[in-house]
Amino acid sequence: MSVSSTIQPAVRVETKRQPLPPRERLEQVFDIQDLSAIYGSKPALKGVSMEVYKNLVTAVIGPSGCGKSTFIRCLNRMNDLVPGFHQTGTIRYHGQDVAGKDVDPVAVRRTIGMVFQRPNPFPKSIFDNVAWGLKVLGMKDNLHERVEKALTQAALFDEVKDRLKASGLSLSGGQQQRLCIARAIAVEPDVVLMDEPASALDPIATQAIEQLLHELKSEYSFVIVTHNMQQAARVADMTAFFSISRGEEGHRWGELIEYDATEKIFTAPSDKRTEDYVTGRFG
Amino acid sequence: MSAADLSALRRPNDRLRRRRIVNRGMELLAWLAGAVAVAILAIVVWSVAKRGASELNFDLLTKAPVPFAIGNVKQGLANAFAGSLVIVGLATAMALPVGILVASYVNEFAPRPIRTGVGLTLDVLNGIPAIVVGIFVFGLLVVGHGQSGLAGSFSLAVLMLPLVARATIEVLALVPSSLREASLGLGVPRWRTTLGIVLPQAIGGILTGAVLAVARVAGETAPLLFTSSLVGNSISWSPSHALQSVPVAIFELSESPDPADHARAWAAALVLLVFILVASLSARWLATRNRRKLGRAVR
Repeated sequence: MSVSSTIQPAVRVETKRQPLPPRERLEQVFDIQDLSAIYGSKPALKGVSMEVYKNLVTAVIGPSGCGKSTFIRCLNRMNDLVPGFHQTGTIRYHGQDVAGKDVDPVAVRRTIGMVFQRPNPFPKSIFDNVAWGLKVLGMKDNLHERVEKALTQAALFDEVKDRLKASGLSLSGGQQQRLCIARAIAVEPDVVLMDEPASALDPIATQAIEQLLHELKSEYSFVIVTHNMQQAARVADMTAFFSISRGEEGHRWGELIEYDATEKIFTAPSDKRTEDYVTGRFG
Repeated sequence: MSAADLSALRRPNDRLRRRRIVNRGMELLAWLAGAVAVAILAIVVWSVAKRGASELNFDLLTKAPVPFAIGNVKQGLANAFAGSLVIVGLATAMALPVGILVASYVNEFAPRPIRTGVGLTLDVLNGIPAIVVGIFVFGLLVVGHGQSGLAGSFSLAVLMLPLVARATIEVLALVPSSLREASLGLGVPRWRTTLGIVLPQAIGGILTGAVLAVARVAGETAPLLFTSSLVGNSISWSPSHALQSVPVAIFELSESPDPADHARAWAAALVLLVFILVASLSARWLATRNRRKLGRAVR
């Protein structure tokens, strides 16, 4: 069902960004087929199928409770930690199914990193926050250089270079979140998942994080959940819109409604529910 | 304000006065109850100190008792102090790692039914009377082998285990799950997360639990009566045979007909009391320090 060719979106989409090459020419990082997730007996997601492409920022938007966080946590097997969680479908990561029972979740998480909503630095020094993961995962060579590189990439090094021994908890919220980003990229993941990384931060700090996404996507691929449509419009190349479907017995679950280039989602969405959401008519 | 309103202000004075009296009365009762609790401790400490301080001297702490001593020879109880040190020290070395491991398993890895089962087991273990533990260890380790300091340590370790484990479980539960997620999100395996992030964060609380367990067990007499009481007078540091311990020494000395022995028993009791007071206060200090540290981290 297509709607009128252009609509009045609730957010303005930056048109300065480079247009994306056609999807067939993009390298796939994730190929998700018919992913469904259940917590105990309550369904959370049903039938999600989409691809995530390399060196792009993919945003996942949608109203509260539509399963965005559940979806992103399926990608790096973080949901395994929740008792009663069960998922079906395949998630092919560079061709390998990471959702299978015989795949080691620890190995998955080493190449698919995660940054969480609330900054959660370790109660260690700034240096050790970044270095601990490197040491534990056997990347001890050139430790100082690696830490410095990660902090620089996270745009934090200049601010902390003369107090690397200070506690990571002594930083401001925005700095702590950049420290968490540095910690995640220090171990050289392939993909970085971000679950509403800026929602606990003030606008200036948010801007810093968004700037980082622009700069870092040449090296990593990002999937970011955000409830902030303007943010998705600012940073994302591709946007996936999830929404809540209702069934019998009052069950609600999330479904992928539409997935396309950000510009298209915000100016000419194909599905009416997407249009309703991005024009602010609901959600 | 009209005259009617002003009189309304004035009338409830009687009720207000009665309320104030009741309030004062309750405060007084609560204060008295607290004073009674403190008074009991003060009386115990004071009476032990009064009777024991006179006999407390350097010789008591450092010299071994001499048998069949006549007259005013300053007897020593060093064998009891040395023995207690060894027995309690060994018990801690046995109970602490096991307690921490049990708590780590229960809190970090166990599925819910096992978690409740182990919690229940620890509670029951905590309630088992010390003398029952003593008989159990007697049957297990002493029958056929003879008494030993090691058997004594083992019985004390059994008593310490639930205390250490429960305190550790509680502190581990206080560590925010966001820290675990941060580590697991990096691809760090579960056991490494527990060892490198969760346990260090909880170390203050674990130490507090350990110190409290030591304080509890340092004065346990019943298990040691079964396992490590047939002792000689020499100072020994080897747990392979029975060692004298302070609570057993107090017991034996108080049964003796010699009043000098009674005085020594009081002195030993004073030393034990001071040790427990110091241990409890340190545990408290550690706990406050840890709470402050955790308070900072949670921000």
